[in-house]
Amino acid sequence: MKAAKFDYVLAESIDQVVDILDRGDGDAIVIAGGQTLMPMLSMRLARPATVVDINKIAELSGIDVAGDEIVIKACTRQAAALASAEVQTRLPLLAKAIAYVGHQQTRNRGTVGGSLSHADPASEIPLAALAMDAWVSLRGASGTRRVAMADYFLGPMMTARADNEVLLSVHFPLPGPDSRIGTGFHEVSERRGDFAVVAAAALVQLDGDGICGHAALAIGGADSVPLRMAAVEEALCGSKVDRDKIQSALGEIDDALTPGDDQHASAAYRRRVAAVLAERALMEALSEAENA
Amino acid sequence: MHKREISLTVNGKVHELAVEPRLSLSDMLRDELRLSGTHIGCEHGVCGACSILLDGVPVRSCLMLAVQADGHEITTVEGLSNEDRSPGILQEAFQDAHGMQCGYCTPGMLISAQALLTANADPSLEEIKDAIGGNLCRCTGYTQIIESIQLAASRLREAG
Repeated sequence: MKAAKFDYVLAESIDQVVDILDRGDGDAIVIAGGQTLMPMLSMRLARPATVVDINKIAELSGIDVAGDEIVIKACTRQAAALASAEVQTRLPLLAKAIAYVGHQQTRNRGTVGGSLSHADPASEIPLAALAMDAWVSLRGASGTRRVAMADYFLGPMMTARADNEVLLSVHFPLPGPDSRIGTGFHEVSERRGDFAVVAAAALVQLDGDGICGHAALAIGGADSVPLRMAAVEEALCGSKVDRDKIQSALGEIDDALTPGDDQHASAAYRRRVAAVLAERALMEALSEAENA
Repeated sequence: MHKREISLTVNGKVHELAVEPRLSLSDMLRDELRLSGTHIGCEHGVCGACSILLDGVPVRSCLMLAVQADGHEITTVEGLSNEDRSPGILQEAFQDAHGMQCGYCTPGMLISAQALLTANADPSLEEIKDAIGGNLCRCTGYTQIIESIQLAASRLREAG
């Protein structure tokens, strides 16, 4: 349980990080909070030649409100995001999700960008970001590009980020000022703070007449990547929503998921619990939107 | 992979030393600084036994590199005792309320409890459970650990 030898660079700029990653040719890796990389190093599942520390790069930390979006820089601690008034009031779904991430000891070090980079299929921040139509900014040697969450997750712990790119920030679009929006996040896990077995994130937006104008439902832990349930969302949009409507829309959820069996739960359990959690998340979101 | 010079404050004392990049903070505290109060359980961030305060907030020392502690202030369980090294109020409460069985998880429990009581003088049962949620006790002695923290909270409030 001791890491293999590596070289360590405390980076002073994003350019320096990109340069090291580019020259490293897949053998250099970024460390931020270290809450997932440190175990991988200790267990020698990762044996990089170079570890690049981005903790001291000031422009990679902080939360900005920029026009119609909130930008969370990659190295922002999960605890800081959870405590942020902007996140609590304007990105409530993210706040609800982070409350399930690990424990205070890990949230004090773990970063928002780290969760998105690690991309465990059952982790909460990626799931909320997917439901909220967020996008990430990735910088590589050839420049900066933008990748939507819908195109970002490729498989378990696999993302669209190339080995020579660093995640700079995640961008959450803000709804218009008069939107009646509600959110819901529910999960089952074996112990408090564990990765979810299955998790559901939901967002419901109602117009002045109570018609659902936008609905988002994302399920994590029931497939190789977190997934949006487009058919359920379509079934809810354009009409008034109540529990019956949600239950009937959730009939579409089974076909959209391909869960696996593992030591934590069977595929059948994951399917069943995904539908239950989705209903709870959507009902919570609906109730919040109705009272907004 | 040459060693790096680092300087950090541990329990109020400045230490300057050279460490290999791959050395974890928990190993540095125990093996280099000989502060063996910080226990290493799982070495991959699950058990919480190695918890320390980093600039006043609890973190797992097995999930940090020693080089990353450069310039930071750390409190280990040794730093919770009084200046004459007698047990502090929190430690005494663990003793009086039997908040330990085998004692392996205790340093991490104490650190988490210290962080809680510094921020919140009168925590509810739920807040205490949340604060130690990241600390595993394989003896499953949680009830007495919670009672110890409640006892410490009331003694600290009385002491003002």
